[in-house]
Amino acid sequence: MCAVKVLPRRVAAVASVVLLGVSATACGGAKAGEEASASDAKSCVDTSGDTVKIGFLNSLSGAMSISEKTVSDSLGLAAEQINADGGVLGKQLEIVQEDGASEPTIFAEKAEKLIQSDCVAAVFGGWTSSSRVAMRPVVKSLNSLLFYPVQYEGLEADRNIFYTGATTNQQIIPALDFLKNEKKIDSIFLAGSDYVFPRTANKIIKQYAAANGIEVLGEEYQTLDKGEWGTAVDKIVETQPDVVFNTINGDSNVAFLEEYDAKGLSAKTIPIVSVSIAEEEAAAIDVDLTGQMTSWNYYQTVESPDNAEFVKAFKGKYGEDRVTSDPMEAAYTSLWLWKGMVEKADSFDVDDVIEASDGVSFDSPEGKVVVNGDNHHIAKTTLIGEVQPNKLIKTIWSSDGPIEPDPFLEGYDWWDPNGA
Amino acid sequence: MKRFATHSTLNLVGIGALAVALLVLAPAVLDDFRLGNLAKYCCYAMVAVGIGLAWGRGGMLVLGQGMFFGLGAYVMAFHLKLEAAGPDAIPDFMMLYGDGTMPAWWEPFRSGAFTLFMVVALPATVATLLGLAVFKRKIKGAYFAILSQALAVAFATLIISQIEITGGFNGLSAFTSFFGYSLYDPINQRLIFFITAGLLLAMLLVAFQVYRSRFGELLIATRDAEERVRFLGHDPANIKLTAFVIAAVMAGIGGAMFVPIVGIVSPLDIDEVASIGLIAGVALGGRATLLGPAIGALAVGYAKTSLSETFPGSWTYFQGALFVLVILLLPGGLAQVPSYLARLRPTPRQKQAPALRPEVAA
Amino acid sequence: MDVIVSQLFTGASTGAVLLLVALGLALTFGQMGVINMAHGEFLMAGAYTAYLTQQVVSNSDVSLLIALPLGFLVAGLLGLLLELAVISRMYHRPLDTLLVTFGVGLILQQLARDVFGAQPKAVASPGWLHGQIDILGYGYPVTRLFIVAIATGCLVATAAVLKYTALGRRIRATVQNRDLAETVGVSTRATDRITFFLGSGLAGIAGVALTLVTATVSNLGTSYIVPAFLVVVAGGIGQIKGSVIAALTLGIVGAFLTYYTSGSLATVLTFVLVVAFLQIRPQGLFTVRTRSLA
Repeated sequence: MCAVKVLPRRVAAVASVVLLGVSATACGGAKAGEEASASDAKSCVDTSGDTVKIGFLNSLSGAMSISEKTVSDSLGLAAEQINADGGVLGKQLEIVQEDGASEPTIFAEKAEKLIQSDCVAAVFGGWTSSSRVAMRPVVKSLNSLLFYPVQYEGLEADRNIFYTGATTNQQIIPALDFLKNEKKIDSIFLAGSDYVFPRTANKIIKQYAAANGIEVLGEEYQTLDKGEWGTAVDKIVETQPDVVFNTINGDSNVAFLEEYDAKGLSAKTIPIVSVSIAEEEAAAIDVDLTGQMTSWNYYQTVESPDNAEFVKAFKGKYGEDRVTSDPMEAAYTSLWLWKGMVEKADSFDVDDVIEASDGVSFDSPEGKVVVNGDNHHIAKTTLIGEVQPNKLIKTIWSSDGPIEPDPFLEGYDWWDPNGA
Repeated sequence: MKRFATHSTLNLVGIGALAVALLVLAPAVLDDFRLGNLAKYCCYAMVAVGIGLAWGRGGMLVLGQGMFFGLGAYVMAFHLKLEAAGPDAIPDFMMLYGDGTMPAWWEPFRSGAFTLFMVVALPATVATLLGLAVFKRKIKGAYFAILSQALAVAFATLIISQIEITGGFNGLSAFTSFFGYSLYDPINQRLIFFITAGLLLAMLLVAFQVYRSRFGELLIATRDAEERVRFLGHDPANIKLTAFVIAAVMAGIGGAMFVPIVGIVSPLDIDEVASIGLIAGVALGGRATLLGPAIGALAVGYAKTSLSETFPGSWTYFQGALFVLVILLLPGGLAQVPSYLARLRPTPRQKQAPALRPEVAA
Repeated sequence: MDVIVSQLFTGASTGAVLLLVALGLALTFGQMGVINMAHGEFLMAGAYTAYLTQQVVSNSDVSLLIALPLGFLVAGLLGLLLELAVISRMYHRPLDTLLVTFGVGLILQQLARDVFGAQPKAVASPGWLHGQIDILGYGYPVTRLFIVAIATGCLVATAAVLKYTALGRRIRATVQNRDLAETVGVSTRATDRITFFLGSGLAGIAGVALTLVTATVSNLGTSYIVPAFLVVVAGGIGQIKGSVIAALTLGIVGAFLTYYTSGSLATVLTFVLVVAFLQIRPQGLFTVRTRSLA
């Protein structure tokens, strides 16, 4: 027994030493300072044939699939139209679809796969802030491109990312201007999901409010998956604000609005301005939302020939009962903008495309959009909408033409990024 | 006696084979991306070795290992964030979400040595405190499982709510270097793979020693008949506590390596759903065996990646079916298959791994 | 308006929802010792039953009332199926049951997502549930009152069945001493099945009620399952009155914590409080001798 026992123990000790040795001798990459610059990363994009690969990365499973499936659909529509139109630089688009599974870690992994293994020319997708920040280091280190189609919290401008949704000065701040100037509000209540977009949006709102003499009567958060809004709505009843600014995301909105309705609140008593409820979400909420407001850059009801065509094509492809929404439109636009950039650059090379991006425009369903080459956002018109009884949203106010993107809010003197 | 020796030798051969596969074969055949994937599975496998010890051998169904995984991961992420920020600077997200100041307790994480110490010490301390509270009060079986799950929920929610300190729901990402080595360089990524694989193998050797020791036998005894162990003069609470702490430390180290490999850690990687997902590999491989949990975790990790690439959304069905079929029909996992087959043949003597007994009075 | 009154009522509402969810668990886990993680998906089944009922009976004033018994049946039958196919083979392995039923839950969730789509389904609440009733200066929503009523109804019915019916006597006998029960002619297998049917059916009723307060989606159950188990554990296994007290306490404490801290922090603190409470009373509030647990 003794002999048998000792032998393996010794073997084990030897083995662990060997292991350490193996790990130690394997050293020898670049140290931090001397790092290979990002643009040295070799691209494996194959442009020799008749096709070029692009990647769609959307959550097709998990909590976010509700929203992201729609983005994947409208990207598919854009690709189909572009291919029918002769492709990009004469090459047909070949789509590689990956599932982000609503987990940031998976987004990072799949982005790497798309760029490194599938050698796609650009990645389109992402929805939550967490999915974007997860993909950001990947596209940066592999020097690829990401087109991100959703309104977000701003304070970011990455060389390798194009943001085709609104930044805060194209959604949040115009909504506040509208509330202050048109609705003459004196007080506001903030309700949001507990993550970065609502937190940052509310930070901006609080500083705006302080500078404009609006009183913030409360600020309530609940985790994304939790539907317990009882106490928050009690506080709204208690403080009687002029308006509630709603940055709640996803299904949690249903619970919030049910509670709101149950406690006797409505658009007539205390109206809500929402920035994450679009046509798709409104249709799934069984509470009367008539008269509640939203702030976006696009609604299905936007009246223009381009939009009429877009809505018709979308319904034609995916069914009459489907609706179109802002993020879907921004995703659709993003693929067309990439086509514009590639053709302007006359190259699929990432550096060339980035170089050529400034000033590229597209007559999108929301109107003409232009890429800002400095911060990679696009100029957009803000539309305040009102939910109709049929759950579609009608524009009741719009900004004076497209607003230039200002992700870091440099043009707003009341903004202090380190303030409360 | 002889049976024991054969078994030990078999296990050692297994560890050796795994070492060759991970350290020689994999780097030779896999490209950088797939090697990175394998490194990630190795992190899960480290947690699995710990779960095998606590659950397979100790009978404690740890449904909250994500919490310890998260402790290790966040400690490492703190350090890498500070490394990315540079000396005297503070991490970018604190400027974005907070008031531009850094809490004082973050400061020590600038030190690599302190970070490595905390990767081990923090999970160990938390597990000791929890274990003392739980096992001394004889909370076990279903109660223990539910409590550990509730703690995983609480921990993930806590991380989400402290956005200025933890990055909240977005998690921590955008690291640039790992102890001075650039994370953008593929050679360094390979180096990290070797360290991870090495750590996994080292943990298997630790588990090997634990299983062969007197303590390992006591642990199985405690699993199968806790009261009898008590009557023999041992305190089952201490035995369980030790196994629980070892498992927590393994999870913590796995979490710490996960961060430079994946480049991000977020609450979704550590919550109750992620925690229970970690169990799948252990059940598949054979919870009470030495190599089963690790190999099972590697296999499940691989299956998840490849299935989600081929059929998006199908992973959930697969994972569900895995839990149902394996645990219902093969409670001993795949490692049990040979002994099943052996039982079909009429042999007088059976060689068998420490069998998984049905839990008497869980 | 008085904070104490408002938060007591809001907390009681949350507690009622929790109790409704936990009541089925109090039967299957508390009485039988089966940890059914798919209980959350039975809630979901109930909620989708409410949705489907509304597709047939479009008058929302009556469809909810029809959906209540239907939800009970649908979830109950699902439970029965689960018991026959899986759980009956695993009564000696309670922890493994937990994992298997978790797997079943995953499959049911994905199935619902494939069948009904990922988008939440709108279930209109009946007109007669609109409005508030003034109690002590607090406008108590009628929907919440209705949920309190359903929870109370289910509670009374469950307690009555356990206490006064032959079935209840059989259930209690099986719980307290399976062998003896069998010796005196109780078919313990049949009793197990019926108990599981009832417990799962209660989840169905809870699911129908949940459509009044939250979104009808495939992952509806996931956010309720852990708190519901905590309620049963803290209340003491085998004792329904323990679950009642635990659910109300958790709801009310949670409401006050949310009021004075934040929603996320309140979740963390209530969970930690339950764990701390179990330090003082490892067996929960009330205990009885059961056949294998604790």
